[in-house]
Amino acid sequence: MTATMTGPRAATEAWRGFAGTHWRDHIDVRDFIQANYTPYVGDASFLAGPTERTLAVWGKVARLFPQERRRGILDVDPELPSTITSHRPGFIDRDRELIVGLQTDAPLKRAIMPNGGLRMVENGLKAYGYQADPFVTRVFSTYRKTHNDGVFDAYTPEMRAARKAGIITGLPDAYGRGRIIGDYRRVALYGTDRLVEAKQAERARLDARPSSPDVIRDREELAEQIRALGELTEMAASYGCDVSRPAATAHEAVQWLYLGFLAAVKEQNGAAMSLGRTSTFLDVYLQRDLDEGLIDETHAQELVDDFVIKLRIVRFLRTPEYDALFSGDPTWVTESIGGIGTDGRPLVTRTSFRFLQTLYNLGPAPEPNLTVLWSPRLPEGFKEFCAQASIDTSAIQYESDDLMRPRTGDDTAIACCVSAMAVGRQMQFFGARVNLAKALLYAINGGRDEMSGEQIAPEMPALTGEYLHYEELSAAYDRMLDWLAATYVNALNVIHYMHDKYAYERIEMALHDHPVHRFMACGIAGLSVAADSLSAVKYARVKVVRDETGLAVDYEVEGGFPAYGNNDDRADALAAHLVESFMAKVRKHPAHRDAEHTQSVLTITSNVVYGKHTGNTPDGRRAGAPFAPGANPMNGRDRHGVAASALSVAKLPYEQARDGISLTTTITPEGLGHDPAERAGHLVGILDAYMASGGFHMNVNVLDRATLEDAMEHPEKYPELTIRVSGYAVNFVRLTREQQLDVISRTFHGSL
Amino acid sequence: MNTAVEPVTGRIHSWDLSTGVDGPGTRFVLFLSGCPLRCLYCANPDTWHMRDGKRATVDEVMAEIAKYRAFISTAGGGVTLTGGEALLQPAFTAAVLRRCKELGLHTALDTSGFLGPRASDELLADTDLVLLDIKSFDVRTYRKLTGGGLSPTLNFATRLDRLGLPVWIRYVLVPGWTDDPASVDGLGAFLAGLGNVDRVDVLPFHKLGAHKYDALGVPFPLRDTPTPAPDLVERVREQFRHHGLRAY
Repeated sequence: MTATMTGPRAATEAWRGFAGTHWRDHIDVRDFIQANYTPYVGDASFLAGPTERTLAVWGKVARLFPQERRRGILDVDPELPSTITSHRPGFIDRDRELIVGLQTDAPLKRAIMPNGGLRMVENGLKAYGYQADPFVTRVFSTYRKTHNDGVFDAYTPEMRAARKAGIITGLPDAYGRGRIIGDYRRVALYGTDRLVEAKQAERARLDARPSSPDVIRDREELAEQIRALGELTEMAASYGCDVSRPAATAHEAVQWLYLGFLAAVKEQNGAAMSLGRTSTFLDVYLQRDLDEGLIDETHAQELVDDFVIKLRIVRFLRTPEYDALFSGDPTWVTESIGGIGTDGRPLVTRTSFRFLQTLYNLGPAPEPNLTVLWSPRLPEGFKEFCAQASIDTSAIQYESDDLMRPRTGDDTAIACCVSAMAVGRQMQFFGARVNLAKALLYAINGGRDEMSGEQIAPEMPALTGEYLHYEELSAAYDRMLDWLAATYVNALNVIHYMHDKYAYERIEMALHDHPVHRFMACGIAGLSVAADSLSAVKYARVKVVRDETGLAVDYEVEGGFPAYGNNDDRADALAAHLVESFMAKVRKHPAHRDAEHTQSVLTITSNVVYGKHTGNTPDGRRAGAPFAPGANPMNGRDRHGVAASALSVAKLPYEQARDGISLTTTITPEGLGHDPAERAGHLVGILDAYMASGGFHMNVNVLDRATLEDAMEHPEKYPELTIRVSGYAVNFVRLTREQQLDVISRTFHGSL
Repeated sequence: MNTAVEPVTGRIHSWDLSTGVDGPGTRFVLFLSGCPLRCLYCANPDTWHMRDGKRATVDEVMAEIAKYRAFISTAGGGVTLTGGEALLQPAFTAAVLRRCKELGLHTALDTSGFLGPRASDELLADTDLVLLDIKSFDVRTYRKLTGGGLSPTLNFATRLDRLGLPVWIRYVLVPGWTDDPASVDGLGAFLAGLGNVDRVDVLPFHKLGAHKYDALGVPFPLRDTPTPAPDLVERVREQFRHHGLRAY
């Protein structure tokens, strides 16, 4: 069934029937979409179910999942470091696949990518019972330096100590930084020949510039980008696809776009390998083929289903520790759907529905990370369908289109979980996050770590009173955060300097404009613990318990205090102030390549690990207990239901957290109404109201506690159970037991 | 009431935001303290006594509600007064409902109807929806279950019908107490004869309030009563549907 995709076809034929002009002479996918897409304001009734072919292909790969889950990985090629062209073509079912291309020569077989770090590769192999290849080890320890080696050559002792103590965590210093979205649509719209031409023109513009280090680096990077486009063309040809020319049909458009993405995931083991915003782009092609009678709805859905099957099986070799930090085996193949254009037309098309329909046709799954750009102005039929899919699958996250559009435009996509980026024009340096709760304890202890007793931050006066005093604590905290911000941004500069140097994302950056706008994406964790601790000190009395060395190790709270998460300004203002003040501190330190500083309030699922590494806190949280995820209020302290909790989070200023503010909610089905038919409408109401109140992001789980408890005991019954955690989705049964318990202990918003 | 020198105050237990279960949409739910009934299955024994509630003025309550005005309006919800028994404090309840209407908010009153006569026509004029809890349609069961009489509730239901005020009926299904088919049918027939019943919510008895009894040192009378099986819940819903009622 593989269609013929070779043979020269002129752009004029590929672009038959398309309107608009600017995009023809410039690389400008947004302009193309705006000139050609057909908004859809109807409901979901037009959608088609899965074909037998789709179910057969999906069944073939899904049958491999149990074995993969049992062993950790299904298979890996330990010998051949992956490049765009390293592996022979691989197939799930060559005769029946519509969209072809795998990372290696077999489905779910992982590849090694040592440019990020050799140790990560070796540990990953060892963990799953494979031997590291001696030749690979020799090459990457003798002849070829890795990103990881470079970083540790340039880290200062202070950075190392801060990293080891866990006050700065999750840094991409041993693995790919990810979070860069190539504009994979460009491959389909223009073909690689035209993209190479454009890159050559960009490079030529640098010829007259003096050869400063910056200009030299740009020239070298552009040369690498051009080379990568050539490799993409070669890899595509091995699958029988001539991507040097524009896609001429919907089938080719999906295939070309996917091959662009495939090139990226063949070469980069990025923490998040997000897809962008492709559904409405692809809709232009699908609609044209439908209008020309080349395909029907069933076939259109088949193409989307087949594409999504490929996105679901992206795999990287990582270590069990990495997976424990991030829960399961995430790849963050984030696809952003919906939104409103700057001209007021909804960017919702039939293909927006078709992407969500894959949750029914193939069953729920955590990847691709389906992200709806929500606005109360979205068409009602689309809103209802999203809400119903959330209720049925818990696999969708929502982000405020109205907050993003004025800042990053109407061709914004989400990288990873909550990071907004104008596709092809902006990229980010992923900066993980600092632990604000631990920093508060450092402030109390004058820079000593509350767990090890070691001096991590420079010695500052410790607080010595029997009780904590708010003014005194605030001042000490402010000084500690000054130090933390400086150490943090400078560590990130080291990391990204080395990543650019040793593990440059050639193909992803080839699908960006030059020059590109860069963000330095910092982040904070433990916000609710820090805010509640400050609130306890301010509104109750907090007595300090010290050990024999004078280290504050515990706190006794006398009296009650307002907690963040109850729409109570006293506590919420403390949280908002922390966000503002840390952002201001971060901005004081120049970022690598003049990147614009941003920060996120996001933990992914590492809230469990951060909590484990943080001692008792003045809010009464016990040492080792998990933090709340992202910007969530602490578990159980939000006592007035989902709306109150959400309104507290909505007070955090997006302008000071442009990399995103994450809220994860879990609602029981009954908590959305006794009548199942009304629940979708009620969820639409909550999303409308949250976004209209300034909320940025909401993960929506509609689940019973009993279901989760049963899934813990009987994982075999729930292979597909998907839940949203802090900006992405995971298979519940793939979480560690500790993480499962954390999810279950989180506030369920139900009603009795 | 606004001419009174003393601000109207009430005794409140707590407030909460809920969706789809205390009236339409996402709602601000105000729990008032004090109840004249002692239902054996009560999930909120901590709301029985007015004296246990926190004293609050109407202004204070409205200040809290105002924080959610935009949210609940956008979410298609409103404000629900419940308890305890909101009609145990009719002046306070009336004042809050009035002020909510002035803000353009949808209002609902959740009541057993036992104190129906205390609800003035003015209070009801400021009420968009009544959530009427009918604990049983059997006079003797009603008294054994609640400690009170059934007729005030039925009279209130008839009055609401006369006023044309929409009503959602709440019926807590307790095995051995309120699952008698004849009694359910009787209630269904009665409700079908009213013109203002939008729906009947059959609420399965649960024991999630048991820990509150422990905390209060009060015995929970239905501790050993089982929660209803799903097919029983469905049977009772079907019985109501048989009378042409919407039942969930």
